[in-house]
Amino acid sequence: MSIDLSQFKQTFLEESEEGLEVLESGLLALDSGTADDDVIHAVFRAAHSIKGGSGTFGLNEISDFTHIMETLLDEMRDGRREVSQKLINVLLGSVDVLRAMLDAARDESDIDVAQVEKAKAQLAAELNSDNSEAETVATQQEKKVVTEIDNDKIGWKIVFTPFEDMLKTGNDPLRMLTELSYLGKYEVVVDDSKLPEFYALDPECSYLSWSIYLYGEIEKEEIEEIFEWVDGECDLSIQKLSEVLPTDNADLHLKQANIHQQEQAASTTVSKVPEDNPVSITPTKRNKNKGTSDPVIANVQATVDKKTEKVKEQTKPVVNKRKSADSSSSIRVGTDKVDSLINMVGELVITQSMLSQLGEDFDETSLEKLRDGLAQLERNTRELQESVMRIRMLPISFAFQRFPRVVHDLSQKMGKKIELRLSGETTELDKTVLEKINDPLVHLIRNSLDHGIELPAERIRANKPEIGIIHLNAYHMGGNIVIKINDDGAGLNRDKLLQKAISKGLVDANDNLTDEAIYELIFHPGFSTAETLSDVSGRGVGMDVVRRNIRELGGNIDVKTEIGKGTEFTIRLPLTLAILDGQLIRLGKEIFIIPLVSIIESLPINLQYVNSIAGFSEVYQLRDEYIPLIRLSSILNIPSEFTRLDEGLLVVVEADGNKAGLFVDDLLSQQQVVIKSLESNYKRVEGISGATILGDGTVALILDVSGLVDLVRDKKQLSSVVGL
Amino acid sequence: MNAEMVDAEALKQEQINIKVKNPASNQYLSFILNNEEYAVDILRVQEIKGWDRATIIPNAPEYVKGVINLRGTIVPVVDLRCLFSLEKTQYTATTVVIVMNIEGEQSDRIMGIVVDAVSEVYSVDANAIRSAPDLHGNDTMAFVKGLANVGQSMLIILDVDKILNSNELAQEN
Repeated sequence: MSIDLSQFKQTFLEESEEGLEVLESGLLALDSGTADDDVIHAVFRAAHSIKGGSGTFGLNEISDFTHIMETLLDEMRDGRREVSQKLINVLLGSVDVLRAMLDAARDESDIDVAQVEKAKAQLAAELNSDNSEAETVATQQEKKVVTEIDNDKIGWKIVFTPFEDMLKTGNDPLRMLTELSYLGKYEVVVDDSKLPEFYALDPECSYLSWSIYLYGEIEKEEIEEIFEWVDGECDLSIQKLSEVLPTDNADLHLKQANIHQQEQAASTTVSKVPEDNPVSITPTKRNKNKGTSDPVIANVQATVDKKTEKVKEQTKPVVNKRKSADSSSSIRVGTDKVDSLINMVGELVITQSMLSQLGEDFDETSLEKLRDGLAQLERNTRELQESVMRIRMLPISFAFQRFPRVVHDLSQKMGKKIELRLSGETTELDKTVLEKINDPLVHLIRNSLDHGIELPAERIRANKPEIGIIHLNAYHMGGNIVIKINDDGAGLNRDKLLQKAISKGLVDANDNLTDEAIYELIFHPGFSTAETLSDVSGRGVGMDVVRRNIRELGGNIDVKTEIGKGTEFTIRLPLTLAILDGQLIRLGKEIFIIPLVSIIESLPINLQYVNSIAGFSEVYQLRDEYIPLIRLSSILNIPSEFTRLDEGLLVVVEADGNKAGLFVDDLLSQQQVVIKSLESNYKRVEGISGATILGDGTVALILDVSGLVDLVRDKKQLSSVVGL
Repeated sequence: MNAEMVDAEALKQEQINIKVKNPASNQYLSFILNNEEYAVDILRVQEIKGWDRATIIPNAPEYVKGVINLRGTIVPVVDLRCLFSLEKTQYTATTVVIVMNIEGEQSDRIMGIVVDAVSEVYSVDANAIRSAPDLHGNDTMAFVKGLANVGQSMLIILDVDKILNSNELAQEN
C-alpha cells in the first residue's frame, strides 16, 4: 500500500504560491527600507516551507534552489549580511525562477534548466561576495572547520534507523542526510545488515540505517529540525560525540573505507531518488575535508557543474509540454465563513422540519404559523445565499499586491523614479472578476510607466517633482467596483494621436473629432504612439485587448487626460456576476429590472415640472435640479401602456455620477435576482446588463442604467443627424 | 412496465436498427414552414418544446422573438418564417420551438427556432444530398446546405450554424 501523494501536491503548490507572494512582498518591503525583523522572519519562513514541501514531493531541483535562497535569507535574518539593493534584486530574480519551477511542476513540464542555473550562480555569487560581514563569517567558519578537525570531540553522533515503510510516506532518508551535510563536516556509516537478498528486496522498503558523525558546534535543535519530517517513522538517537565511547570513534576509521560503496548501495535501494542526488553528498564531504570555503557554496558549485554537464548532454530539444491550465481552481475560505454557513444550514433544516410538520395536519388556524414559517424560510435562504456569495468575494489586494513588484522592476529598467500608491485594497469583488481583471490592470500600469511618467530629468524640466506617482485606487460606487489608475505623467498628446490615426487610415483628416473621440482611439486595435518599441509596451497589442477583457466582464473603461498633467483610466466593473437586488418595473406587458443600488427615488410626475429643450429633449425639475427624462419605451422600442407622463411613474436613477429619470408604467415588487448572461447564447444588448428568471419561470431583462444613458445619447445624435 | 416505457424501449430499438441499416447515413429532423419541408441535423437538436411567450429583447431585429427560460438558461428564439421573409401567421397549437446547439467561431451557443410544426426524422444518405441550384436574389439560399429526396417530396436541408450566426445574430469579438 502506498499513499497517493499527488492529492497533496496541489495543496502544496497553492501554498507555495502564497509563500512566493510573501517572499516577494517581503523583499520589496526590505527594498524600500521599511523592513523590520518580522518581515525578514516571514520571508525566511516562506522560503523554508517551500523548501521543505518541495523536498517531500520529490521536487529536488526546487528544494535545492530554495535552500540557497534560504541560506542567504538566514544570514540576513541573523544580521550577518547587509541588505543591499543588488542582493534584493538577485533574490527577487530567484523568486521568479522559483515561480517558473513551481509552475513547471504543476504543469508537469520541463524546468528551464539554463535559467535556473543562471539564477543559482547569481545566488552563489551573492553568497560568496565580499560583503565585509559575510567575509568575517566565512573566515570564522573556516576557522571553525580547522578547529573541528583538530578536535573531533565536538559534535554529535546520530543513529538514524528509518522504519521499513518510511519511503511510502514520501520521506526520503537521503534528504535528511543531505540536510545534515549542510550543518557541518560529517561522516556517515551505513549499516546494511538488514538488507535482504536481492530477490527478496522490496524497492519501496527501507532496510538501511545510518550512524552519522557530525562535527562542529551545532545546536541539537538544528538536527532535530531536520528529522522533524520523519518523526514517528524512524528510530533516532542524537548523542554528544564526547559522550560516545572512544571505541566507536576507532570503529569509524575502519568503516570509512566502505562508505563510498555503501552510499551506492543506498542509492539503489532508494529507488525513487533522481540519480544526481547522492553525488551531491560526496563532493560536499570532500570539499569539507579539505577545509575549504562555505559548505553550501561548495555544494552549489558541485551541483552546478553537474547540471551544466547534464545540459550539455541533453541533445533532445526541451519540448514544452505545457498542459492547458485546466487545473481546477480553488478558493481558500476562512473557517468563520464556513462555520456561519453551517449554522445557516442548520437553521434552514429547522425551518424545513417546522414547515413539514405544519403540513401534516393543516387547518385554517395554522395559516398564521405558515406565514411565519415562510418568512423564516425566506430569511434563511437569503442569509445562506449571502454567505455563499461572500465565499466568492476576495479583496482586490490579491490583484494589487503584484504591482509593487512590477513597478519596482520596470522603473529600474527604464531609469524612472516612480512611487506607487495603493488605496482601497480591501474592496471586495468576485473571484472570477478578480482573476480576469488582473491582466488588464498589469497592462495599464505598464502603460502608465512606459508612456505616462517621464524620465526624472524631463520631469524636473517640466517643473514637476522628480518622482512620478502612479495611484491605484479601488472603491465601490453604486452597484459597481471602480478601479482608477492615475498617473501624473505627460498625458496623451491629442495631436500626435490624431496624426497617427490619420496616417494609419483609421480616421479621415477632415473628420471633425471631439477630444474624447480622439482619446478613444487608443483602444483601437493596432494603435501605439510609442516612438520606439520597447519590451515594456508599444507593440500596439494591448489597449484593445484590455477593453475587450473588461467588456467581457460586463464593465467598461474610459480615459481622461490632460497634457502635461497626467492620465486617468477608470474601470467600472459589476460587483458580482451572480446576484443583485432589483426593482421590478412594468413597461406595457414586459417586466424589466432596475438594480436597486442605482435607484435614488421614485415619484409620480407632476406635469408642471416637465420642460422640453430644443423641442424634443425632456427635462424634469426635481427640487432644485434638472434631470433628463428618459422615456424607456422609446429608448427600448417596447410599447408602453401610458404615453401621458402623469399616468406613469418616474424612477430617478444615478449613472456614472449623473442623475436621470426613467419614465415607466408601473413599479412592481423588489426582489433579489440571479443574474444570467444574455451574451452566452445571444449577444450584448445595449442598455441591458443581463437577464434573470422570475418566480413564474419567465425571463426578465435587467437594465444597465449607464448603458441606457449612453443609448439615449446615441439616439439623440442619430436623430439630430437625421434632422439635418 | 408501463406503456410509455415500452414505447421508449421500442424507439430505442428502432434507432439502433436504423443505425445498423444505414451506417453511412445521417439523421435529419424535418419541420414545416409555410408548407415546405425543411430539415436540420438531428444531432444538433437539443429539444423540442411548445411555443410559449418569449421576453422581448429591446431594439432586437424583428425575427428575434425574444428570450425564453430553458431550465435556467436564457435562450434566444428566432422566428424562421420572419428570418426567411415568409408571410407571417398566427402561432398555433402545433407551433414549436426547436432548441439547437449552434457552433460559433468563438463559442457554442444554444438557440431556438420557431417553426410551424415538426414533422419526421429521416435517414438521409450523405451521397443522396444534392447541392441547391443557384437562385439569384434569394437570400435564404445561402442557408441551404443541400436538397434531398425522401419518398415523393423534397427536403431542404439547412445549415443551422450559418443561419444563426448571420447578420445581427453574429457573435461579437
